[in-house]
Amino acid sequence: MDIKRIDEIIEKHDSEESSLIQILLDIQSEHHWLPKEALNRVAEKLQVPLSRIQHIATFYKAFSLVPKGRHEVHVCMGTACHVRGAQRVLDAVQDATGIKPGETDADLKFSLETVNCLGCCALGPVMEVDGKHHGNIAPSQIASVLNNCD
Amino acid sequence: MSEIHLQIDGKDVVASEGMTLVDAAKSVGITIPTLCHHEKLEPYGGCRICTVEVEVRGWPKLVAGCIYPVEKDLVVRTRSEKVDKVRKVLVEEMLAHAPDSEQLKVLAEEYGADKDRFDKHPSFCIHCGLCVRYCAEIKKKHAVGFVDRGSNREISFFPEIAGKECWDCKECFPLCPTSALQAAYVLAESLMSPPEEAGGCGCSCSGHKK
Repeated sequence: MDIKRIDEIIEKHDSEESSLIQILLDIQSEHHWLPKEALNRVAEKLQVPLSRIQHIATFYKAFSLVPKGRHEVHVCMGTACHVRGAQRVLDAVQDATGIKPGETDADLKFSLETVNCLGCCALGPVMEVDGKHHGNIAPSQIASVLNNCD
Repeated sequence: MSEIHLQIDGKDVVASEGMTLVDAAKSVGITIPTLCHHEKLEPYGGCRICTVEVEVRGWPKLVAGCIYPVEKDLVVRTRSEKVDKVRKVLVEEMLAHAPDSEQLKVLAEEYGADKDRFDKHPSFCIHCGLCVRYCAEIKKKHAVGFVDRGSNREISFFPEIAGKECWDCKECFPLCPTSALQAAYVLAESLMSPPEEAGGCGCSCSGHKK
């Protein structure tokens, strides 16, 4: 992790205490998680107690305090996707990646999460990989979608 | 400062602007129960046990006495059927977390709360935030804070700060309305774990100080 890059992000937000969440979001989207050194740096630069940063970082689900994979896989388990076979999609993803929801694989390639609705129920069952939606997905298509990720 | 006249439990009270209902009631000898309130700390309104009924232009509503400022001609009832019911349920819910708290037991007696009404979740913490706020506002050390959300929310000492500050302070322990044990326990726990998760292997092998 590059401390210089963290400083750049902080400076982009004018080292404003009120931009704390925005800064954390930027670090999160770049590193896929919030390393301890980054949080210490933010606390030091913004003059915000570390306890408050921890409070925020553990409160919002968008933040992760443990390393995440390069590719974020979200499988929708909402009602519409559920009745259209989301569980079978999830099982196929688990088989292909070898990880359960909430986990990250050993070579930091994939992180798997279940979500409760992606807001496009007509496309169900939906899987989202790095922000790209894959609608009406069949369990047999999962492997090829995930194989396209490097 | 301008004087504000209001009525609490039928008594006429003269209060000054900016006072809360808890302060105003105290000045005429009426006690409103509180758990998360501390006179040295900013009002918090977390535990809601200070709930009272106020009448604004004839309309009654329930408010938290520790944060509600006095208003002209306000009619306040610190004990009513509604208020007592709210406090009873609150005490019952908090007892599920801290069944042995002396303060809660006294309140349970007063409001007829059933300590076994809800399934026990003995976290010993009722999230009053006294320790967290005392450390931040008075000591300005921020050694303890809340982490996580919802039903998983809990207090946590930060080993980097707690290791330096807490052993000689511990002023937050007696503030705890449930028991000082939880604070002590969480502190000890965070001090025993390796300071850098990333550097250590995260287990309790002999490579770390226990």
